[in-house]
Formats: sequence, structure tokens, C-alpha cells
Amino acid sequence: MASSAGHAGHAGHDPAEIDKHVRTYIIVFATLLVLTFVTVAVSYLHLSIGAAVAVALAVASFKASLVALFFMHLISERQVILMILGLTVAFAVVLLVLPFITNLDHITAANMPAAMTHGAPAAPGAHH
Amino acid sequence: MEARHDSTAHKHAADHGHGHGHHEPGFLGKYIFSTDHKVIGIQYAVTSLFFLMFGFCLMMVMRWQLAYPGEPLPLIGGWLGEARMPGGVMTPDFYNELGAMHGTIMVFLGVVPLGVGGFGNYVLPLQIGAKDMAFPKLNMFSYQFFFVGCVLMMSTFFLPGGAAQSGWTSYSPLANINPGQTGWIVSMIFIITSSLLGAINFIVTTIQLRTKGMSFWRFPFFVWAQFVTSFLLLLAFPPLEVGAFLQLMDRVTGSSFFLPSGLVISGHPLDVAGGGNPLLWQHLFWFLAHPEVYVLILPAMGIVAEILTNNTRKPLWGYTAMVYSIIFLGFMSFIVWAHHMFMTGMGSAIAAFFQTTTMIISVPSVVILAALFLSLWGGSIRFTTPMLFALAFLPMFGIGGLTGLPLGLTSSDIHLHDTYYVIGHFHYVVAPGTVMAFFAGIYYWYPKATGRLMNETLGKLHFWITFLCMNGVFMPMFWVGLAGVSRRLYDGGASYAHGQHVLWLNGVSSWSAWIMGAAQIIFIINFFWSIRGGKAVDKNPWKSTTLEWEAPSPPPHGNFLTDPVVYRGPYDYSPRGYSADFRPQAQEA
Amino acid sequence: MSAELIPYITEARPDTGLTNGKIGIWCFLASEVMLFGAFFASYIVLRTSAAEWPHGSSILNVPMATLNTVVLITSSVTMVMAWASLMRNDMGKYRLFLGTTVALGFCFCIIKYFEYSAKFEHNLLPHTHNFIALYFIMTGLHAAHVIGGMITNAYFLVAAPSYLEHDRDLLINRVENSGLFWHFVDLVWIFLFPILYLL
Repeated sequence: MASSAGHAGHAGHDPAEIDKHVRTYIIVFATLLVLTFVTVAVSYLHLSIGAAVAVALAVASFKASLVALFFMHLISERQVILMILGLTVAFAVVLLVLPFITNLDHITAANMPAAMTHGAPAAPGAHH
Repeated sequence: MEARHDSTAHKHAADHGHGHGHHEPGFLGKYIFSTDHKVIGIQYAVTSLFFLMFGFCLMMVMRWQLAYPGEPLPLIGGWLGEARMPGGVMTPDFYNELGAMHGTIMVFLGVVPLGVGGFGNYVLPLQIGAKDMAFPKLNMFSYQFFFVGCVLMMSTFFLPGGAAQSGWTSYSPLANINPGQTGWIVSMIFIITSSLLGAINFIVTTIQLRTKGMSFWRFPFFVWAQFVTSFLLLLAFPPLEVGAFLQLMDRVTGSSFFLPSGLVISGHPLDVAGGGNPLLWQHLFWFLAHPEVYVLILPAMGIVAEILTNNTRKPLWGYTAMVYSIIFLGFMSFIVWAHHMFMTGMGSAIAAFFQTTTMIISVPSVVILAALFLSLWGGSIRFTTPMLFALAFLPMFGIGGLTGLPLGLTSSDIHLHDTYYVIGHFHYVVAPGTVMAFFAGIYYWYPKATGRLMNETLGKLHFWITFLCMNGVFMPMFWVGLAGVSRRLYDGGASYAHGQHVLWLNGVSSWSAWIMGAAQIIFIINFFWSIRGGKAVDKNPWKSTTLEWEAPSPPPHGNFLTDPVVYRGPYDYSPRGYSADFRPQAQEA
Repeated sequence: MSAELIPYITEARPDTGLTNGKIGIWCFLASEVMLFGAFFASYIVLRTSAAEWPHGSSILNVPMATLNTVVLITSSVTMVMAWASLMRNDMGKYRLFLGTTVALGFCFCIIKYFEYSAKFEHNLLPHTHNFIALYFIMTGLHAAHVIGGMITNAYFLVAAPSYLEHDRDLLINRVENSGLFWHFVDLVWIFLFPILYLL
């Protein structure tokens, strides 16, 4: 945790410290702009869908982390907030991943076990 | 003894004096647009009790059709109009409307607002020694959003085509095309917003407004229950809100989020782009609706814990284990939802995952129930009305929980899914379970809110009839379900050969429901009569240890005459070598 | 009337180190993470279960959206600079930065208006394809959040003098919390842009 006492009770905040923060904000701003152009440039490379998704999400996640850590001051935030967010991120990941996975593992005419179709063959070219 | 509440309020006003420039709020400011958590709690409680009764009435009408399918309903049948009950006989569409609205109203307009909005709002700040919620104005807005949602939901009955009739679960594609659903969705958006704002308030209040000495491990179990419940509401409701937006878009803009390609309705292919996924609705719905069922039960567990320890004059057994269990339960509730979807063509791998998490989640429930049972051992039990309801909760929740196990196991769920067995299971947890815990809470905290006790004789009569009839309504459903009778059949299975030998049980359920409905009149009379006619009591008639009993009955604005300081845990009953059989949390020596 | 009863509105509670509003806004943002997370989850399910799905750039206007991304990121910086200026008691800079933030938000909405108009002109509507429907609801709800943030920031611009008279710390806290909301809106767009437009 940072030396400053969170950001509550700001009456006597040190100007020099704020200047340090401002320097950080400018650096983060520049980085975000660069990364924005990177992500757009990469899209013109026409990578395979898997690679494109991976790169796009990686860049977006990094940009988002910069915003969260520095603009939203999470890097020096208190434990209560970090715990609430940790819980939230965990459940968000569950929500993003599980429905998609459940959809993948789906019984269709094409993959239904023979025993359940009483020996009749699966329909050819069945599409789920 | 004259009504205590008047004297304390006047005392408070006199203490305040006129130096502050406070203007006494008029009737509107004090009772309608109040920001006081106690007033808001009572607003929620009164509104939700009305809806519990209304939802129950909807079901009592349904039960006629289930007991006597196709027969005209005497008297009431004529009141409900020719469109819905031609010649007094229920149409299938009306049955569906009643079913969908019964579920929706009971869950979202009844149980949750009472458990969280009513009990949580009123009791939580008092139990942690706070003067009010952290955001009193936001609290008021929460209730107002809820109220608007309720009005909108009720107004849907008057829409052409009627209210929602696709089950409270609103599965697509049916919910996409059925009448009443748009109004349902808009109402739900208001109600969800109300819950989200309320959850924020509860979480911040619990963390920040604890009085001096009130650490987390000195919370009454009720506070832990409300705290965990708030996280469930905060994090699980938004996905349903998204589902609601998407379903609304499907209905209003013609998108196909939940409509697959090639869908044919009544012989006509639907004129939509298609490419959607009906299961997406189910995922979004159940992602909320599973944690929602824990929202239904957790406040009830909290209430029962308070009343049990108070009426056994013993500390809760296993408090630490109960706290860890309830936290674990809250966490697990987010990763079990697809056990409601086992029959959607789910592959065995992912089904095994959800089956496993579902089995695991039964463990903390059992720990909590076992701890509550064990808390009775060696206790000096006072069989007051709240205690009777709280005691009855234990086996009722036990039955509800145990009957959930065959539903959580995929192989048995194949036979039981969407049968009356499911209806029996979930009603046991929520009706003989939660609702009876709520009755316990009302009898228990009534003297705090009014300064008077409810009548014991009427209370015990209310208890016994309700308890027996609850079992009469829901126990038969397990047999009906095991016979294979599906749920949501408008004739209760009468047209199916496999249902014939269990149809008589529908009659048992119906008559139990009607008798139980009549018995609630005893409660309503007791509730209103006791406001003026009940035995007046001091601030702690139950000799309880928790902080809400330090405040006057009823507590004034700001709750406590002096800020309480907490010196010990919540349940110091029968302390060794002490003069009294209880030592309040706020007592110094 | 209740306000004076509630502690820790402007000064932090010692053991948690936080004010009520700070926890409150983060709880709200947590629910928003779940809200937008559910939209992204829906996108994933719909795209992977659809027979065909267009590449974002074939339908959507990437240059406009890139510009909008730059607009939002800049507005995030001006927002945090507004808060820093307030902390330094530089009210001139506070008004400049906060005003710019509101103006940039307005810019975002104007560009969005042109984007949407183009879609309507080309008859690309929600009922055309789920991708377009998702595009509208996700960017539309995001834009609604932008507007909400703009209104809130405009309020803090206009109401600042009266706060400074009575409770400067309250203004600082509230501007910080409003900033958190604004950064979150930027954060959502950081994900929304590549996922909808570039994939």
C-alpha cells in the first residue's frame, strides 16, 4: 500500500505528492494512446481468429489495468475495496466462461451415444 | 400502561429543543417520504406482506382448478371476467397467467422485500448500533423504485392479453411471443434497481457504521446473513437485468437474441433473423435465480438463529462454523446455477461439474442446520410463538434441503425435473421454511417496533394451523411428482394415465391451502389489533442480548438515546456466575 | 436531517481507512462489472453458437470508433486532472479540466450519433442480425452511462462554489467518486471497442 493514507481526509494533501501523481497520469495517458493505435494496427494484420482474440484481449486488459490501477487509484486502495473487487472479478470470469463451455458440451444428434438412439445412425451433417 | 411509543418520541423532540432550527416533518415527510430506515423497513414490510397475501390468493384460485379441473369456481369465478373464466371455468391461459404471476409476486414482491427490505432495513442498523443506514436518501429511493415496480407489475393484469404467462422463469422463445411479458420486464428492471441500491446501502452500512466495539466476529448471525445476502443481490442481479434488456429488445425491436433460426410457431415460420440461443436466456436467468434462492433463505436463517438462541437461553452452538458456512454458501451459490438446466441437452462433463458444485453447496447448509439443531441441546426452552415458528423451521428446511439432493444429482433429475417433486422441494424451503421464519420474526420484533406484544393465544393458534396445513399442501406433491406428473399442467395431471392414481392428492393440497388461507385471518387480526390492544412492554421483553433491544420501543429517529458500546459477543446467555441469565452486548461489566 | 447522524461521510473510518461514499461507488461499479460482463458473456455465447457472424470492421466504422476511444481516454485524464486540481485548491484548473471532461463526453455522443445515423441509413437495425442488435444495445447502454456521467460532472462544475462555502472535503470526495464512475465508463469502452469493432 502507498504511503499516502488512501485518499480520504484530504484537507492537507501535499502538493509535491500530487505532482508525482500527475506525472504518472501523463505517462499512463501516453501509454494508453500508443496501445490504442497498436490494437487498431494489429487488426489490419488479419490474424487468425484465435490469435486476433488473444492479442485484442491482452492489449485491452493491459489498458484497462492501467486505468484501474492509476486513474482509479487501485494501486494504493484499501483491502475492503480490493476484496470486493476480487470477488467481483472471480464471478465475472465464471459468467464469461461457464455458459460458453456449457454450450460447447452439448448433446446433439451428431454426438448422441448409439445406445440412446436405439441403433439408428446419427443424421448426417447434423448442425448444432 | 399507556402506549410507550408516544412518550419516547415526545421525549426525543423535547431533548432536541428548538435551537437546531429543525422543522418537524409533516405527515408526508414522516411516513411517505421518510429517510428513516425504520419507516422504510415498515413500508417494505407492509407492502410485501400485502403481496404475499395477494400471491397466495392467486394460488388459492389455481388450486381450485387443480382439485376440480374443468369445474366452475363458485362465486369468485364470476368476478374474474368472461375472458379469463368463461362460465366460471378457468382457461389454460389464465392458469398460466396465475402461475407466472404467483411465482413472480411471491419471490420478487413478497419474500425478498420482506426478508431484506423489511427485516434487514429495520433490524440491521439497530443490531450494529448505527443511527441509520449509510445512505438514508438512497434507502428511500430504493423503496420508491420497488413501489413503482410493484404498481407496474400489477398493472400488467389489465393489459390486453393479460399479465405475464410464461412462468416466473420466462423462458424464451415462449416468453418472446406471449402477452404480458414486456410489462413484466419493465417492472423487473425497477425492482432489480431497487435491490441493487439496497444492497449497496447494506454493505456500506455493515462495514462502516458499526458502533464502537462491534467487530465482525461480534455480529449477531442475522447481520452476517444480511451481509452475505447483499453481496448475492449486488453481483447476481445484473446478469438478469441484461437478460431482461435482451428479451425486451427481442420483443420490441425484433432482434433474435433468444430465437433460433428456423423457429416455427403454429405452423408459421417466425419472420426474424434467427441465429439466437434460447439457452442464453436460461444461463442469464439462472445465474441470478440460483443465488436468488439463497437470498430467499439466508435472512430466514438469520431470524431463526436469533430467536433460537434467545429462547434457549444459550449461546448459538457453532457460531464460528455457521459464519464460515454462510460465507462459503454465498460464494458457492454463484457456480451451481446450471443444475436447473440439466435437461437442456447438457453434455455429461459439464453436467458433472455442476452436479459436483451442487453437492458441495449442500454441506454449508447442513452445517448451519445442524448447528441450529445442536443449539437446542441443554437449552432452557421458552415455547413462545416466535420460538414455535423458529423450531418448526428446522425440520421444514431439513425436508426442503434433503429433497433437493435427488434434483442436484443428474441421474435422478432426469425423472424428477419439471415434475411436482420440484414444486414440493422448493416450496418446502420457501413456504414452511422462509415464510414461517418470517412469521417468527414478526412476532419477535413486533414489540420493538410497537412497544406491545402480539397476542400469544392467537399466535399459537395461527402457528399450529399454518404448520399443519403447510405440510398438507406440499408433502403430497412429492408423491405426485414421483408418479411423473409434470408441473404447470393446468389440470394437475388429470389428462394423463400416469397421473390418475395420485390425482386425489391434488385435493389434499388444495383443501390444506384454503384452510391455511383462512387461518391467516387470525394473524392479520392479531397484527392490527395488537398495535393498540397488545400488552405494553419495556424495551427488552424477551431479555435478549443483542443491541436492538437497548433502544426504546419503538426507537426514535437516531435509534439510541446514547451511542452503544459493545463489550462482548452477541449471545452471552446464562453466563457462569452471573446474576442474570443473560448479559447484553452493550453492558459494561 | 439524517445527514448529521451519519459518520464517515468525509472523514475516513479509522479501521477501514475509507469513507462511506468510496465503498458505495465501488460496490456500484462492481454491479456494473457484472452488468457489462453479462453482455460480453452473451456476445461470446451468441457468436459461438451462430451459424455465421460478420467481422466487426465489415459493418462498423473503425476510424470513428478509434477517434471515440481517443476522446474517452483523454476525458479520463482530464477527469483525474480535475480532481488533482481540486486537491491543490486550483479552482481555475478544476473548472477547465472538468469542463473539458464534460465537453469530451459530449463529443463522444456526437460521434456516436453519426455512427448510429449511418447504420439507420443503411438499414442496419437490430432485427437485421444479432451482431447489429448487440452492437446497438451494448454501445447504447454504454452511451447512456456516458450521458449519466456527463450530467453528474456538469453538476459538480456548477455546484462547486456552494460546496466550497460549506464543505470542501465533501466536494473532493464526491468528485473523486464521480471520477471513478467516469473511469469505469472509459474502461468498458476499452473492451467494447476491440471486441465489437476489431474482431
